[in-house]
Amino acid sequence: MSLDIVQMVLVTVVSAATPLIIAAMGELVAERAGVLNLGVEGMMVLGAAVGFAVAVETGSTLLGAVGGAGAGLALSALFGLLTVGLAANQVASGLALTIMGLGLSGLAGASYVGLKREPAPHLHIPVLSDLPGVGRLLFGADAFVYVALALVAGVSWFLWRTRAGLTLRAIGDDHTATHALGLPVRKVRFLAVLFGGACAGLAGAYLSLAYTPFWAPAMTAGRGWIALALVVFASWRPLRVAAGALLFGGTTVLQLHAQAAGLGLPGQALSALPYIATILALVLLSLGRRQGGSLAPAALGRDFTPHR
Amino acid sequence: MRAPAIPPLSSGPTPLYGAYGIVKRFGDFTANDGIDLEIRAGEIHALLGENGAGKSTLMKILYGLLEPTEGVITHRGDVVRLPDPDSARRLGIGMVFQHFSLCENLTVAENIALVMPRALSGRALAARIAALAETYGLHLDPARPVWSLSAGERQRIEIVRCLLQDPRLVILDEPTSVLTSGEAETLFVVLERLRAEGRALLYISHRLDEVRRLCARATILRAGKVVGACDPRRESARSLAAMMVGAQVSALKPPAAAARAGERLRLERLALPAPGLHATDLRDVSLGVSGGEILGIAGIAGNGQAELFAALSGEVRAPEAEAVRIDGRAVGHLGINARRRLGAAFVPEERNGHAAAPGLSLSENAVLSRHATAPLTRFGLLRRRGARALAQAVIAAFDVRKAGPDPAAGTLSGGNLQKFVVGREILAEPGILVINQPTWGVDAAAAAHIRQALLDLAARGAAVLVISQDLDELFEIAGSVAVLHAGSLSRAMPRAETSRAAIGLLMGGSADPAGPPPALGAPAGRPEPAHAEVS
Repeated sequence: MSLDIVQMVLVTVVSAATPLIIAAMGELVAERAGVLNLGVEGMMVLGAAVGFAVAVETGSTLLGAVGGAGAGLALSALFGLLTVGLAANQVASGLALTIMGLGLSGLAGASYVGLKREPAPHLHIPVLSDLPGVGRLLFGADAFVYVALALVAGVSWFLWRTRAGLTLRAIGDDHTATHALGLPVRKVRFLAVLFGGACAGLAGAYLSLAYTPFWAPAMTAGRGWIALALVVFASWRPLRVAAGALLFGGTTVLQLHAQAAGLGLPGQALSALPYIATILALVLLSLGRRQGGSLAPAALGRDFTPHR
Repeated sequence: MRAPAIPPLSSGPTPLYGAYGIVKRFGDFTANDGIDLEIRAGEIHALLGENGAGKSTLMKILYGLLEPTEGVITHRGDVVRLPDPDSARRLGIGMVFQHFSLCENLTVAENIALVMPRALSGRALAARIAALAETYGLHLDPARPVWSLSAGERQRIEIVRCLLQDPRLVILDEPTSVLTSGEAETLFVVLERLRAEGRALLYISHRLDEVRRLCARATILRAGKVVGACDPRRESARSLAAMMVGAQVSALKPPAAAARAGERLRLERLALPAPGLHATDLRDVSLGVSGGEILGIAGIAGNGQAELFAALSGEVRAPEAEAVRIDGRAVGHLGINARRRLGAAFVPEERNGHAAAPGLSLSENAVLSRHATAPLTRFGLLRRRGARALAQAVIAAFDVRKAGPDPAAGTLSGGNLQKFVVGREILAEPGILVINQPTWGVDAAAAAHIRQALLDLAARGAAVLVISQDLDELFEIAGSVAVLHAGSLSRAMPRAETSRAAIGLLMGGSADPAGPPPALGAPAGRPEPAHAEVS
């Protein structure tokens, strides 16, 4: 019995962490290529609205997820055009796109406010999913959770095991040097931005299709910003991002239970706990690991104009 | 359209690569103005010219980084287009950059893998790097991150990366500017071998004696035009320099016997543990420099030069205050500004990022190192007019060429920025000047200017400490030379009592640095003057 309670808690932890992992993996790839996309929140919330709308119209969760990712991708294409193509300031463009995404999502989702639909189906494997204690956690989650895990593994593999990943990291480290070597700096950055946008949109779609299966304006509630912070504090490493997201999800659930149990601490202090715990853990993790060089991609946030 | 000074172009077999009538304009600035160049297989072709003569632009065009405004490039007689470096590499053109195109946070192997064919990576690549290192004596640890490597080691990566692509034409931009004479010898052996293999080499260097030794043909550029072609073996370094500059390069004037004041800078048994995994420990380093004296510190990159400079400047504090003395005062615990107020000045090795902030204007850069010693602030507020006047004084005194009244430091060519950072410190009339690699990657005229300024400063009674990998330079200006090897400093040997060979041996660590200098050959007489002034 108590084992099932533990499992239930862990399942909520994982589902709280999933959107953060998906959005942060996309942002990690973009930042590793040297582009700081502060528009994650906007792409996420647009993905949530469009994803829900598509799912309601077509009745298909899969198409909804694809629609959400597509919406994030479209918004990030605009961001890429501005920052990579026209070398506009990345911080200003990102902030503008967050505001734009919040506005657009309200427009796209206006006629869907208050509608409800079935949450995304969960995996069910006979016997395995019914295993006591671990069955639901490991074999009974929805597809988004498995996509998030695959993203962590895939991004790690891509960045450190493939030539394309090496090229991307090199471009994020020094665009002048890589351009001099003839590597396609702007093309790689644009693709990385698109990937980041699609991930942000997918993370948003998870919120409106699986986490809380309805659409409400601004329902991302700052998760895009948390994902951004996770990438920085996890020193641009996929596994640390995943660990940070799980820790964040875990403390979120924990403080909810603590508030319900009435510990006597003010609710606001408990609500702040996940943020403090995540930042502390990741700062400790990134302390004292290196004696030179930089943890961040060295060209992060700097725009690049080749002259020909 | 061809400049009148060129002899008739091809007279013989079709050149391997040719560039005809190359014009490149940036806005209304013409960097290349009708350049013709032919490169044949099996030759080392020198490209000579001062900073700003258009050599870099021409090389970038040949490597596909820039597209010419006018003109054509040919490969075995066929006109080719080089829209990007990848197509240049496919045509067999390789490049060794002067300003390294390396990613600091990637490892040596990763930096090399970036431009290798996809099939070559991981263990196979490490094996190839090791094999090449063995063949050519270019040793590299593939797993080290680039940020932990010295300038000399970084250049080795560039060379290895180029050679791994098995190029038909290798373009080398100032390849020896950071190498020691021993390392340069190794490189020359490599280059001779590449030529014997039938490859063509385009060799850009300010070191005219190297060009005279290696190259059978030279093309000389000035202000974007070809002003001459010659066989450097039949020219003197001075006549080559004259063609480059368009006027005679003045020989250094030795200072009138400087009044030897007392000892002004002293290091006493300074021991510093290495600040990082890949840095060098300083072991019991002692030295003294008197007023009017120039002490040279020779040594191969990565033997503690950066650490020694940091300890002298106060960027790293000494464990005991008495380990560093300026005019007799123990300053080991003082920071860089306190030392500046005592009359010391410092010029670090890296121009961009250490000596100057590339994104700031020259006047702002003047403030960076002079705020403690020049009246540049009032009530804590910056006096911009004072800063501009100081920058102008430096620009005028050191003939710094620049675009615009107060441009960003990063827009200056290497030689001009170096003249600016050296001039900034010298105009403070320091009693002690510590300078690391004073003429790294600087053209002959600017180098002569800087060296003369150092000689003059010493003649006015200052103690000058020059850390340099360039033995020619040390033998030209230093009164005595000590060698830094693996963090230990040899005793200082008066220039007249030692020789390049003896210093070279000490640099390689083959003699006890504390012992007497090895007796080698005939007793060294007058040291040879440096390269640009050989007549």
